[in-house]
Amino acid sequence: MPFEATVQSVPALLDAAAGPAASLLGVSFRDGYVGSIIAVSLYVSLTAVALSTLVSVPAAVAIGLAEFPGKGFVKSVVNTGMGFPSVVVGLVVLFAVSNQGPLGSLELIFTREAMIMSQFVLATPPITAISLAAVSGVDDGVRDAARVLGGTRVDVALVVIKEARYGIATAVLAGFGRAISEVGSVLIVGGNITSADGISKTRTLTTAIQLEARQGQYETAMVLGAVLVALVLTVNAIVVRFGDRGVAG
Amino acid sequence: MTIHRRGFVAALGTGAVVSTAGCSSGDTGGDGDQSAGSGSDETDDETGGESTDESVGVAGETLTLTTTTSTYDTGLLDAIHTDFEEMYGVTVDAVAQGTGAALETARNGDSDIVMVHARGLEDEFMRNGYGVNRRDLMFNDFVIVGPEDDPAGIQGTSSATDALTAIADAGEPFVSRGDNSGTHTKELNLWEAAGTDPGGDWYQETGSGMGEALNIANQQGAYTLSDRGTFISQRSEIDLTILVQGPIEDGPEILANPYGIMAVNPGVHDNANYDLAMAYIGWITSPAVQEAISEYTANGEQLFFPEAVSADPDFQQYVPEGWSSESGDA
Repeated sequence: MPFEATVQSVPALLDAAAGPAASLLGVSFRDGYVGSIIAVSLYVSLTAVALSTLVSVPAAVAIGLAEFPGKGFVKSVVNTGMGFPSVVVGLVVLFAVSNQGPLGSLELIFTREAMIMSQFVLATPPITAISLAAVSGVDDGVRDAARVLGGTRVDVALVVIKEARYGIATAVLAGFGRAISEVGSVLIVGGNITSADGISKTRTLTTAIQLEARQGQYETAMVLGAVLVALVLTVNAIVVRFGDRGVAG
Repeated sequence: MTIHRRGFVAALGTGAVVSTAGCSSGDTGGDGDQSAGSGSDETDDETGGESTDESVGVAGETLTLTTTTSTYDTGLLDAIHTDFEEMYGVTVDAVAQGTGAALETARNGDSDIVMVHARGLEDEFMRNGYGVNRRDLMFNDFVIVGPEDDPAGIQGTSSATDALTAIADAGEPFVSRGDNSGTHTKELNLWEAAGTDPGGDWYQETGSGMGEALNIANQQGAYTLSDRGTFISQRSEIDLTILVQGPIEDGPEILANPYGIMAVNPGVHDNANYDLAMAYIGWITSPAVQEAISEYTANGEQLFFPEAVSADPDFQQYVPEGWSSESGDA
């Protein structure tokens, strides 16, 4: 998986940077530990958000541009989805991927793929809802103009997406924030596993923080919390920068 | 990250270990078509189209072990697992849950082996057919810890139940795990033995792991029941002290904390990696690894005492406690 490989090369640098910073606080980690949990966190959350975006944005545009009875109800359902407790989603995914569940034969329990599934379920409602709000906020005149100029439905949709891009970017970031910061579902379906040498298999930053807090290692938990905040900040900055470039070009 | 739990077919590498137990495995027609240690290179293509063509033993497979937070958090497993992983070329995925959750995960067929510490729950697990080949693994003990000024005056009490009764009578805060873990189960058994029904403002169920419960007790100046291992590994961070010792330090036997290990029954869950589970049980109960367990320390103190290796037979470790064929109680 080249994407995974790319993601995993980044944290090696972060691990090198996090080590000295952590040791200043009297907290030490095994070699490669922090880098590997960052890699798993990014791999799982970015994949889940990418998949969610592929589903959510077209869905939001379709719902936003169409007029149909029950549209208000659909919006309510999507908005409710934003409030899904992550543990409940984790339990539902657990039942699905458990040996006894409908997907049991795929043996997905305690894997990153199961974690991606649960984060996909968690990230999709906020991305859809916020994108929908952004799409609905696009001035009707823009749509009408696109139609009058002979645009097909796809053209109209693309114009609307372009107009709503800031809102959609916000939606994706909100989805990413929800995915990377949640602990309940990835703990249940992922199992918080590392290998014996401390390299993460399904441990994310959030589950690592939970583990440290469980053992009363609050300083270590705080260091990992700071890493998580820095990571989210970095991703947000990159997306914002990327967005500005896109406008300029 | 691929899991080859189904692809363990020609497990010649583990044949020697497995042969001690393979004869009792239920043959369900799934992956069970394997007379252990036969040595022939027969390839059973029951794997439903998955082309996991492992020709040499169990190499590359993953063993999913569900265990308790009190074992995992001491770091013991990380310390000893490298040896097993290198010996067999496999990966051990250790998932730390409470004893109740660890058994439930195994009951659903989502793990291959369980290492827990609540004999009553283990027995139920075996009686229901989910676990086979149980072995006594190691033990430590529980201790009752509390603030140094000991407002309930339990220090030196030789009876754990008297100590708990004293805490209840004094209405001093007591932190309970409240999470269906082995420690929680032990605590509830102790209250029952003491004839006290805990409840009221002083009794707090936290629903948290042992380390967290110790921290909560520390911050509130409360009493709690802890396994010795977790308490030792965390002692430098908290102000609590041991007020009632367990049997390791000549305390009451009721505070003993034995750990057992069981393979998931492949007759119930045919996807369970039974070969590797039995290899693991063989490995962890071997004299060398039992020695390594006894040498594992935290803050300079031994955390676990091995009990798998013994010259004397102990048949009760294989069956639910008190079971005998004469009584027909199965």
